[in-house]
Amino acid sequence: MNSKSLYQEVILDHNKKPRNYGTLENASHHAVGHNPLCGDHLDIELHLDGEHIDQIAFHGESCAICKASASMMTTVVKGKTRTDAETMIQEFRDMAVGKLDIKSPHHLGRLTVFAGVRDLPTRVKCAILPWHTLHAALNSVNTTSTEAEDDPMHAAIGDA
Amino acid sequence: MNLVEPPLKSQFGPSLDVERIRADFPILKLQVEGKPLVYLDNAASSQMPQPVIDRLVRYQTAQHANINRGVHYLSELATAEYEDSRRKLQSFINAREEREVIFTSGTTDSINLVMHGYGRKFIGAGDEIILTTLEHHSNIVPWQMLAEEKGAKIRVVPINDAGELLVDEYEKLFNERTRFVSVMHVSNALGTINPIKQMIEFAHSKGVPVLIDGAQAAPHMKIDVQDLDCDFYAFSGHKLCGPTGIGILYGKAELLERMQPFKGGGDMILSVTFEKTVYNSIPHKFEAGTPPIAAAIGLGAAVDYLSAVGLEAIAAYELDLLNYATELMNDMAGLRIIGTAAVKTAVLSFEVKGIHPHDIGTLLNQEGVAVRTGHHCVQPVMLRLGVPATTRASFAFYNTMAEVDAFIASLRAVQKIFT
Repeated sequence: MNSKSLYQEVILDHNKKPRNYGTLENASHHAVGHNPLCGDHLDIELHLDGEHIDQIAFHGESCAICKASASMMTTVVKGKTRTDAETMIQEFRDMAVGKLDIKSPHHLGRLTVFAGVRDLPTRVKCAILPWHTLHAALNSVNTTSTEAEDDPMHAAIGDA
Repeated sequence: MNLVEPPLKSQFGPSLDVERIRADFPILKLQVEGKPLVYLDNAASSQMPQPVIDRLVRYQTAQHANINRGVHYLSELATAEYEDSRRKLQSFINAREEREVIFTSGTTDSINLVMHGYGRKFIGAGDEIILTTLEHHSNIVPWQMLAEEKGAKIRVVPINDAGELLVDEYEKLFNERTRFVSVMHVSNALGTINPIKQMIEFAHSKGVPVLIDGAQAAPHMKIDVQDLDCDFYAFSGHKLCGPTGIGILYGKAELLERMQPFKGGGDMILSVTFEKTVYNSIPHKFEAGTPPIAAAIGLGAAVDYLSAVGLEAIAAYELDLLNYATELMNDMAGLRIIGTAAVKTAVLSFEVKGIHPHDIGTLLNQEGVAVRTGHHCVQPVMLRLGVPATTRASFAFYNTMAEVDAFIASLRAVQKIFT
């Protein structure tokens, strides 16, 4: 895998000019996601109008992969139902660990630019963190972590 | 396969013949992502030269049995080779006696041995242990565990913005409750070489013993434990061209003798009944169970190799690498070196404006350049210097000036991708 192909224009662009970056005044749900291995963290706030995510925003400190993933995530889940968002969360996680066949039908659209992380085990968590955090927010869990027990990804980042 | 002892002495002149050294390291011929490997993660783990690889093969091929028990040929041979390696380590650090060298699984294990063997016996409620802001988590957590168990207190020596210890502040931390000092020789994250001789002398003037975590020093400079007069000195094999799973703890004999065992088991006893066990003498008291014999012998070969190259020559050459890389990095816009101590080893931690270390690490890897990214197991240092994480390039004597150039060129390419 050529990691440069992961750093495509669309990802670099969302890193540089993240969409929906900031905070919400009237958030009904929020969560903070941590990656304790690198110290990155991400706040996601959203407002549910019935079953629909009508507003969503994020902010935090993270690498380009994580920030672009968060930015693109907010643009695609805005307006979707909670159920649709959960479907995408599952599909995105499956894609990042190589379990999703991106040639078969799915709902990820251009989010497949992140498919390359499956070949970079130490970066999988960077891409997944925003989705993991969104899942926590939708389920009224206020903090989550890439090292949490329910996280299937335990790609090690070395020591020393 | 080479089963004879490789010739190691006087292959190298006063200065380093780096191309000749590189020929000894098969892994340096690797291509990564279609580019020649530029291995700059030596502070995490160093690479192994062919004579050490051959030594491991020779041991497993023709010398292996369990040590200290059999009366048969192989057991006696393995025991002799294992003890011969201990003498090599003794000589490498100029310890007074070979029984002062204990084989451990590495620096972490060595520090834990001292915490359990010395700390749990001699440190009690209200006593104080001095550490520094620079310490690796492995020289913080064991002491926190002890402090929690005993109700002891940890005092921390602060650093300045360059990443140097404030020695005046260190001296002010001493009081009548100070029982122990544990300090790293060289900072893994910043490269700072601490003034340990001066710090040891001061601690001794107050009657306080000192442990030196030498994991990042032993591969890069001549260590003389008698000259330093440290009470304990710990380092790992895999950071000085040896195998993983092996390291040593040097301890002054009179202290080791007063300490309680760390692990119970075979080899560390003289006699066992269900009523009473009599412990073996040092160093065996601290080497319970079958040790990593092959790794210990491999470590002996590694220090032979480093000694043949010459630690003084290694230190001088690595300083050239550091100065050259520092100069080039200082010329780069948006790059800031973290850790600018006046005296340091060839470790360059840095941040690049607007680019996360993990993105730098992934993109450098694309150019075949291996660096470490993250908090380097020193979260207190990161907190003190106000950086969440850094990228770290750490050099060894087999790195070249051309590799510095390749690293800098790759770094410029990363900056370009993000502009």
